[in-house]
Amino acid sequence: MSTHTSGPAIETVGLVKTFGETRAVDGVDLTVPAGTVYGVLGPNGAGKTTTVKMLATLLRPDGGEARVFGHDVVREADEVRGRVSLTGQYASVDEDLTGTENLVLLARLLGHHKATARTRAAQLLEAFGLTEAAGKQVKHYSGGMRRRIDIAASILNTPDLLFLDEPTTGLDPRSRNQVWDIVRAVVAQGTTVLLTTQYLDEADQLASRIAVIDRGRVIAEGTKGELKASVGAGSVHLRLRDADRRPEAERLLRELLVAEVQPEHDPVALTARLGAATSDSAAEQAARALGELTRAGITVDTFSLGQPSLDEVFMALTGHDAGPDTGTGTGTGTGTGTDTDTKDEVAA
Amino acid sequence: MSTVTSTESKDLAPVSTESLAALLVTRERPPRPSSLSTSLTFGWRAMLKIKHVPEQLFDVTAFPIMNLLMFTYLFGGALAGSPDDYIQFVLPGILVMSVVMITMYTGVSVNIDIEKGVFDRFRSLPIWRPSAMVGYLLGDALRYSIASVVMLAMGLLLGYRAEGGFVGVVAGIALLLVFSFAFSWIWTMFGLMLRTEKSVMSVSMMVIFPLTFLSNVFVDPRTMPGWLQAFVNNSPVTHLASSVRGLMAGDWPADEIAWTLGWAGLFVAVFGPVTMRLYNRK
Repeated sequence: MSTHTSGPAIETVGLVKTFGETRAVDGVDLTVPAGTVYGVLGPNGAGKTTTVKMLATLLRPDGGEARVFGHDVVREADEVRGRVSLTGQYASVDEDLTGTENLVLLARLLGHHKATARTRAAQLLEAFGLTEAAGKQVKHYSGGMRRRIDIAASILNTPDLLFLDEPTTGLDPRSRNQVWDIVRAVVAQGTTVLLTTQYLDEADQLASRIAVIDRGRVIAEGTKGELKASVGAGSVHLRLRDADRRPEAERLLRELLVAEVQPEHDPVALTARLGAATSDSAAEQAARALGELTRAGITVDTFSLGQPSLDEVFMALTGHDAGPDTGTGTGTGTGTGTDTDTKDEVAA
Repeated sequence: MSTVTSTESKDLAPVSTESLAALLVTRERPPRPSSLSTSLTFGWRAMLKIKHVPEQLFDVTAFPIMNLLMFTYLFGGALAGSPDDYIQFVLPGILVMSVVMITMYTGVSVNIDIEKGVFDRFRSLPIWRPSAMVGYLLGDALRYSIASVVMLAMGLLLGYRAEGGFVGVVAGIALLLVFSFAFSWIWTMFGLMLRTEKSVMSVSMMVIFPLTFLSNVFVDPRTMPGWLQAFVNNSPVTHLASSVRGLMAGDWPADEIAWTLGWAGLFVAVFGPVTMRLYNRK
């Protein structure tokens, strides 16, 4: 896939960045294989953007080391800049200029001659469906269009590594899907993509490996499967016809699914978090549970099966957002340990 | 953010992943552009911004004209007997004052750009580091030229006659542009250093007002108290105003020109590196 020499695209060891008293990035170790999409997942303020900025040579680390394709981001910043592109969280194009002007400007700065710069700009605008808006100032673009022109600006020269910092935050589902298509097309041509996101499903859709960051630290790292297994297989949401039967249903589910069952505010609703301990899939477990409930004469009005949400991932991994009844694992032992324990389990 | 007139994505053409893939196949990169080329490209950006937001030329057209009219008729009679006599003395001075004052907008535009993401994009490019800053200053040089031409035209209408003729006037303006370019590195520094547009503006005012008024732009410093003379006679703006006044009058004030260029060199040597340090660390 990749056109580079062997070795990881990114390697960081104990990366630290402090702003005053705050340790925004507090010892991050990452290894990003070349030619893949690597997801960095975390809530606002977790240190995702700061990490990306250090890797893109925009911020100087206060500690640790970071290498991009073997080049040190501080000592060999220029080599790194020649191989990476960054699409920041906020549109990193000039709002006063038109789409075409922005792309031509950047193409010229990358060393293209006037004619090639214009051709390349026109081709990219065409591919991104922006030909009609090419002559409009970017400040009149919609959110989805901004994202597109932004990514177009990042691939004027095909980069070896593309940083996408929360590329779909604030986009409608349709625009988000289109950004996902773009990311897939980029990585298919051999470019490594480092994607930060707040959404588990986005990381799930695109990334082959994921690092979960919280409070400046990597609290879990692994393939999607490994991560999900660490927080259980998902949740079953039920609505019963009769509120009086809820305690009974709760007890049944707890026994059957070896799961943690929570009554909701709604007196007929229940949520069960499925464990990953059994070899059965979430759907199989849920089907068995439904069967048992029916046999016991408890009528289930609606039923849904959800993937673990980012909230659940965080609760399971850190415990710090969890209430008294949640946050502990479902019999798999995850989530109860300290950060390092959890990390070991997931990566194992 | 600004005015977002969202033409939502429903009427937006789809992304063509096939043509995208075709574009991405080429991994060849052109050779790195020279520092001159990137600086000129950034200068071109500044011109495009003027094209899209022509209102920003207000400060280089209306403001200088206002200065010239105001000071000529306000002080003219009292200081030189009549506005007609005074304008011979004061026009080169007001030209210097107005252009040096306008330079402070450089800091504001740098500061506004940082607020937006585009700055990060520029900083992540593999190009000669100061070129973004030089680009601002090149764009500004155009603005200063416009201001100079506007003021001279107005001055001619009011009765100003340059003894130095066309050559003298052009030489005077050229020196003014060189000085302004060098002096502006103070503003790029403030633009990068201060957090808000407003603070950049107020700090700039604090620097620019004493510096331009405490000079020989309006009056001969001989009537000032000794301590003030000491400051005024050594101010870079005084050297610049004397040089420009001399050149436009057809003289060749070599000492004053040397002092002016010396100050210009000093500004670049001190504030250039500080600016670049802030730029790299931002």
